[in-house]
Amino acid sequence: MKRREFILFPAKALGGAVLYSLVGELISADAEDRVKVPLRFFTEEEAKIIQAAAARIIPTDECGPGATEAGVVVYIDRQLASGYGTDKYRYTKGPWVEADETIFGYQGRSTPQDTYRAGIGLLGKDFTALSPEEQDRRLEKLERTRFFQMLRDHCVEGLMCDPMHKGNKNMVGWKLIGYPGPQLSYIAEMEAYPGKAYRVAPQSLSQILGHPVKPVEDETKPIL
Amino acid sequence: MKRLKPTDVVIVGSGFAGLVMAKEIASRTALNVAVLERGPARSLEKYVEEMDEIDILRVGLGQNPAEQTITLRNTNKQTAVPLRLLALFHPGTGTGGASEAWAGFGERFLPEQMVLATHLREKFGAKRIPPDWTIRDWGITYDEFEDYYWRAEEMMGVSGKAGNLNGKLIPGGNIFEGPRKHEFPNPPLTPTYTMGFWYKAALALGYHPYPMPTAIASQNYTNPYGVSRPGCFYSGFCINHGCKTGAKAMPTSVLMPALENEKNFVLRNNSWVRKIVHRDGHAEGVVYMDENGEETMQPADLVVVAAFTPDSVRLLYLSGIGDPYDPNTGDGTLGMNLTHQVNGGGGGMLVFDEPLNLFMTTSSLSYGVSDFDGDLPEDVPEGVLRGGQFTGGAVQDYLPVMSFGRIPPGAAPRNWGSEWKKAAISYWDRIGPGVGMSMDTYPYRQNYMDLDPTYTDKWGDPLLRFTMEYTDYEQRQFAYAARMSAQFTQKIAEVSKAKLISTGPGGNGGGFRHYDGVRYKTTHIQGGAIMGASPDQSALNTWLQHWKTPNLFVVGSNALPQNAAGHPTTTIVALAYRAADGVIDHYLKRPGLIG
Ligand SMILES: Cc1cc2nc3c(=O)[nH]c(=O)nc-3n(C[C@H](O)[C@H](O)[C@H](O)COP(=O)(O)OP(=O)(O)OC[C@H]3O[C@@H](n4cnc5c(N)ncnc54)[C@H](O)[C@@H]3O)c2cc1C
Repeated sequence: MKRREFILFPAKALGGAVLYSLVGELISADAEDRVKVPLRFFTEEEAKIIQAAAARIIPTDECGPGATEAGVVVYIDRQLASGYGTDKYRYTKGPWVEADETIFGYQGRSTPQDTYRAGIGLLGKDFTALSPEEQDRRLEKLERTRFFQMLRDHCVEGLMCDPMHKGNKNMVGWKLIGYPGPQLSYIAEMEAYPGKAYRVAPQSLSQILGHPVKPVEDETKPIL
Repeated sequence: MKRLKPTDVVIVGSGFAGLVMAKEIASRTALNVAVLERGPARSLEKYVEEMDEIDILRVGLGQNPAEQTITLRNTNKQTAVPLRLLALFHPGTGTGGASEAWAGFGERFLPEQMVLATHLREKFGAKRIPPDWTIRDWGITYDEFEDYYWRAEEMMGVSGKAGNLNGKLIPGGNIFEGPRKHEFPNPPLTPTYTMGFWYKAALALGYHPYPMPTAIASQNYTNPYGVSRPGCFYSGFCINHGCKTGAKAMPTSVLMPALENEKNFVLRNNSWVRKIVHRDGHAEGVVYMDENGEETMQPADLVVVAAFTPDSVRLLYLSGIGDPYDPNTGDGTLGMNLTHQVNGGGGGMLVFDEPLNLFMTTSSLSYGVSDFDGDLPEDVPEGVLRGGQFTGGAVQDYLPVMSFGRIPPGAAPRNWGSEWKKAAISYWDRIGPGVGMSMDTYPYRQNYMDLDPTYTDKWGDPLLRFTMEYTDYEQRQFAYAARMSAQFTQKIAEVSKAKLISTGPGGNGGGFRHYDGVRYKTTHIQGGAIMGASPDQSALNTWLQHWKTPNLFVVGSNALPQNAAGHPTTTIVALAYRAADGVIDHYLKRPGLIG
């Protein structure tokens, strides 16, 4: 069996909410007070490369937290380990043909897992050791690849999804823009805030409902 | 093969079309009705837990393309390619089908839609009508159909304001609509902030804006079946989602609560129908894969297919019912008149200084403008024969994953990195809804559906194949919509003080030469088994009864010979009421072709 891989996060950066949102997933803090998050798909090395790339796509900067604080890499890891990662939501019967993808969509055989494994190869083992400027240059070269476009979209998803998916930790993404979370009613606010910002502390779906909600990627029953 | 006890009526599909048939037959007769639905059960309780974007990005309430998709080619000289993701349209699955995930726009068609072939010939003469159009009259008129519209509206609790009550025009409603006998069951929804600008701009242009009819209840409402539901909470998570309070009319919120009390009704989920068994023009039942994957025969005296256009048409092909359409000779009716509605628009991006709270909305909250719908007041430079309907003023949903990162062109050097992030934060919730126009969608001799010779679904049955392409006429429709939308958008910018930033042609068709399978258009797909007045022109009669198999009714948008500018579902539901009357008042009294 594959060795269990972890990615380490500084516990301080993550705060209590991470412990809460990762409950049941074997969390342990090591001597330097770092949180080990068990990985489902990536190796530790791969996770670090993706984390570094994500940090350039949505950087941590003067505008606020980015992909790192949101835990985007854990979001992506969970997605790739789910049925989505192995194309359980895509028609995969042959014959496979080449066709104009602007009309027929992607016709290749690569699953999202394959695409990431290949993409990580393109980023290179030394990616984490590069300066931010060098990392940007390497990413720019990949901009038109399927891998980059997937990674870029996954970064937005991991920043802005409901925290049940392990991204948007502490709702840092929603706080960046002032999104209140999946509130159940705006009947009163519709008329009370015309052209005026309605910005309240966000709540996640499970906080609003008062009970945990199971995300799609944890679905255990076979999809097909 | 497992063989079940016969039932009186078997219905394939549990969307609005299937369950309206089920409810009418189960409560007005003593017959036993079994509905077979390929997907799982759905419930409002579950929808609360689906206020999420990630599951919607994967498969959500939609049919999983891994199990079954369609193939596409632009002309019949090409080899079709499977759409490996279903982006083109979103077929539903599970109790309620796409009728759970829909947006809820609920207007009627204009009266001339039912007699469009005659209408255009009389107005323009045969010469100006493109020779490859295969438009058809329905075989019934609006006046004969009005009461069915009303039954659909009452059942769904449509919210709106009448613009033509018995011929009397009422300002504030849609004065261009056909005469209706009743005011809407519910008053309009509460408009959002941005809708105010849309309304003002429309008035400034001399248009006649009206609250768009929507199947989302604006207040507590009880329908004629005794099913109650609350009014809308404007919380978003509406389109592509099930409505957690049931304010949006869905089979689970307006039909299932009444059907559950009917002793002669049963709904079987995870039951995938593969074939209608028939002999000598008589349907004997259906064969399906039950929830355990066991092949099962359900004998029945009457078969109703209501699986939504592509699946209903595919089932007829798989069963060998009807004569396949041949585009070269024009012979045969099965598969003909495939139409797919696309929308035009554009005119630019409206950037506001103030935050808009766009997430306070629901999916079909909007105004409409029908001044250009149907016959145009004068000839236009694009040379289109008919115009379209503006709908808009609010966004359909504004959730963080889908909205974050949408910025004006040029606001950042690329779509990632610090500058982009800064722009994405700054523009979030400040780009107002644009202007779109939906237009009539015409059938062509060369656009049709049949079975793919190569690709199969998870059971090994052939996939449905679309052969479909835009012509010069659709390009002119997009150009017309783009020009009209630009004018409208300009006026919205003026009245709202929003900054207008130019973008390319909008809508989900404009700017592209080919009909493609990549960009979502609508889930308004019509034709394949159309209705009409004679068997050589159509697969079904006007009761949606199959001409060659009288104990088979094929109910849904498959019956529409062409599509109007308007959204189709209220019309589909009205057609289902008429088909139910056909079964109950005519067929059961005298089995055989009605007429
Ligand atoms: C995102 C979205 C937004 C929309 N917005 C609007 C709108 O605003 N206004 C409007 O008018 N329309 C809208 N539509 C279109 C609308 O949803 C359809 O017109 C309507 O739902 C059709 O109803 P139906 O009963 O014919 O089909 P459906 O509701 O799709 O039901 C068909 C059912 O048949 C089942 N089925 C199919 N094949 C089989 C089989 N072989 N065996 C067993 N069961 C089978 C399916 O699983 C499904 O449950 C929208 C659609 C979508 C997806």
